[in-house]
Amino acid sequence: MNNSLLVVLIASGVAYGTPLLYAALGELLAERSGVLNLGVEGMMLVGAVMGFWTVERLHTNTAIALAAAVLVAAVMGALMASIHAFLVITLRASQIVSGLALTIFAGAAGLSSYLGNDLNLADQPAVHTFKAVFPASMQRWPVIGPIVFGQNVLVYISWVCVVAIWLYLSRTRPGLNVRSVGESPAAADTMGINVTAYRYAHTVAGGAFAGVAGGTITLAITPQWVAGITGGAGWIAIALVIFAFWRPELCLVGAYFFGALQALAPQLQARNISLGPTVLWTNALPYVMTIVVLVVVSSGTARSRLGAPAALGNAYVREER
Amino acid sequence: MTAPAEPAVSMQGITKQFPGVVANDHVDFEAAVGEVHALLGENGAGKTTLSHVLTGLYHPDEGRIFLYGGRVEFASPRDAIDAGVCMVHQHFRLVDRFTVAENLVLGDRRGEGRHFHINPGAVESQVRELGERYRLPVDPSAHVWQLSVGEQQRVEILSALYREARVLILDEPTSVLTPDEADTLFVTLRQIASEGRTVIFISHKLHEVMAVSDRVTVLRAGRALATVATAEATPHSLAALMVGRDIEVVSRPARASSESPAVLEVEDVWADGDRGTPAVRGVSLTVRAGEVVAVAGVAGNGKRELAEAIAGLRPCTKGSVRVDGEMVKNGDARAAFETGIGYVPEDRIGTGLSPRLSIAMNLALRSFRDSSRGPLLRLRLLRANAEEAIRAFDIKASGPDMETDYLSGGNLQKVVIAREFSEKMKVLVAAAPTRGLDVAAVETVHRYLLEAAESGTGVLLLSEDLDEILALSDRIVVMYEGRLSEVENRDSIEEIGLRMAGGEPDSSPIGS
Repeated sequence: MNNSLLVVLIASGVAYGTPLLYAALGELLAERSGVLNLGVEGMMLVGAVMGFWTVERLHTNTAIALAAAVLVAAVMGALMASIHAFLVITLRASQIVSGLALTIFAGAAGLSSYLGNDLNLADQPAVHTFKAVFPASMQRWPVIGPIVFGQNVLVYISWVCVVAIWLYLSRTRPGLNVRSVGESPAAADTMGINVTAYRYAHTVAGGAFAGVAGGTITLAITPQWVAGITGGAGWIAIALVIFAFWRPELCLVGAYFFGALQALAPQLQARNISLGPTVLWTNALPYVMTIVVLVVVSSGTARSRLGAPAALGNAYVREER
Repeated sequence: MTAPAEPAVSMQGITKQFPGVVANDHVDFEAAVGEVHALLGENGAGKTTLSHVLTGLYHPDEGRIFLYGGRVEFASPRDAIDAGVCMVHQHFRLVDRFTVAENLVLGDRRGEGRHFHINPGAVESQVRELGERYRLPVDPSAHVWQLSVGEQQRVEILSALYREARVLILDEPTSVLTPDEADTLFVTLRQIASEGRTVIFISHKLHEVMAVSDRVTVLRAGRALATVATAEATPHSLAALMVGRDIEVVSRPARASSESPAVLEVEDVWADGDRGTPAVRGVSLTVRAGEVVAVAGVAGNGKRELAEAIAGLRPCTKGSVRVDGEMVKNGDARAAFETGIGYVPEDRIGTGLSPRLSIAMNLALRSFRDSSRGPLLRLRLLRANAEEAIRAFDIKASGPDMETDYLSGGNLQKVVIAREFSEKMKVLVAAAPTRGLDVAAVETVHRYLLEAAESGTGVLLLSEDLDEILALSDRIVVMYEGRLSEVENRDSIEEIGLRMAGGEPDSSPIGS
């Protein structure tokens, strides 16, 4: 039963979807404050390479090395995001241009590849990786065994994050404040909410999530590093936020759906089922997603119907004559 | 009630400059505890600037502010709110997608909003109670975008009361209200003041100031001219102070034009608003040659969308527009202009003009095809045309190459009018053509509209200004929730007001 296609697909959908989930949650935080960050892919790549570097170079026990690696990935993502934050919040640059520039700068032909190659990380197996937390006996339980108990700790932490972010946005004072900043910065400013501070905080926190998302790939999914390892996952994450109507709980569903889609082709191959050009489809998906995202974020009506934060993408200038 | 020793608000020698303008020039202003104090002045007299200085949005270049005798310096609106000074802005500061309760809790540091874990539902009963006490009924669990503009204003006032404001400032609050709603607001304001709070009421409408205020401070060109007790003032004396000269009221002699041919025929037009829901719902109307038809109505009832649908900027989902019997292609602004529709849009800087282009280029926007040779523009011809327009319409500018960005509101409007007044024009659609203009510019614009009518153009005037409508129009229709109703008795402000609120003169009074 646990080898049935459906169970395997869901189980690997959860595993493959976890980086997407982290990245989407980070993007959601930034977008809820009104900042669109198209640099997710770049931040993930830098998080991936620096997380991997940490486990390779840190000679200590597995738990500490992995914790340190996740922390380093988060900090790198946050640093990258703070560049974006400075450009678009303080200097009021175009959010689309700045985000794209960030992805190109850090991308497969840029910073992340330079770092990886310079630090000799290519073609090396990971020294430490995230493994399933629960004992093998539990993983053999029917259906929920592989899906729920067969995962590594990053998956369980992501579940905590979904609940925490959902509660934060819907039930807390800072959550209400950040939503108001994303919807109507002028109203928020009048009510004494520091628009700049909220936007910086959530953009940088979003970057940390993207960094962790990258780290999840090199530390848990493909325990190695190659250039451009995220393969467009950052773009899918941005699209996910839109398809999830800017709600964290729906991000989880979407992330696992795309994760399962990613697992579909190899699973079918393993079972000798041929679906012809499916592989092409999954490979093209990130690029299709990118186009969809750019169309949706640049069309005002589509945005407001989907429930995008009203001030998404707009710099805030206090009214002066 | 004995008058306390200290005034609630005292602003002394406030000066605020913007590049090229002195918005406030050593203004002294005092408002007492328990009074409704009107700030009266024309557009651009400095009323809003003064209130923004008082609410911490602007920092004065000079001058001091005292609240109840104590010196205050506000670095931000937050400081002002904490000190009990709240403002109801002309453009509401509400979060559309929040509920009323969420908007109240936002930024609140005393009540429900001081907790980390918040429950906006907990303030709902408090909101209802405040609403009942001050005649500001509103559903606390409704989302702001679902509310009418009048209701949104109530939310703003409730928000100030919820924050226990001691000084409440309202900037042109009646511009979004029907006459009846305005009267109710005045009762509310009197009640708020009678509780020992201070209400500062900003307006340029004399009858409102006379109706609601205890004292009036008149501003003109950035200076405070006088503060007088309303009981001792007359509308005439206030008008003289406000304008500094006698106003010549432009009005047209009533004349029958039912004989002349219809130039604009709008039939059962439907159009969607920006949210994608129908904003214009089955409008039919006819404008005859030489006639001025006014569409009155409160903002948000579909006037702007109707004007845009006629001008081809907004596709009609149903219905037809004809000019001189000729069908106008739906949703095609160029075709609309070619068939003879001139359009003066509500938003003259964004829609009407391109601010970074020169006057000559802006004037040529409608007629690039006529003034080019092949793919090349005939710049000399454009400039010559512009010079002629500058002379003919008395546009105050350094020349045809001046960017329209640097023009004043009145001159901007003249550029738009000069462009739209072409030989092709058979119909002129003018949406709020005098909003924000000074008295002299208003006169000029009115003169052009009447000149257009005299020369046989059908003029459709969409406006919120009842005085303007009464002065210029032959017929008045009222737009309410996307539908039109004809005003039978053209001179009856009561009937217009009733229809603006969705009522019918024959039906029983509203609210019974």
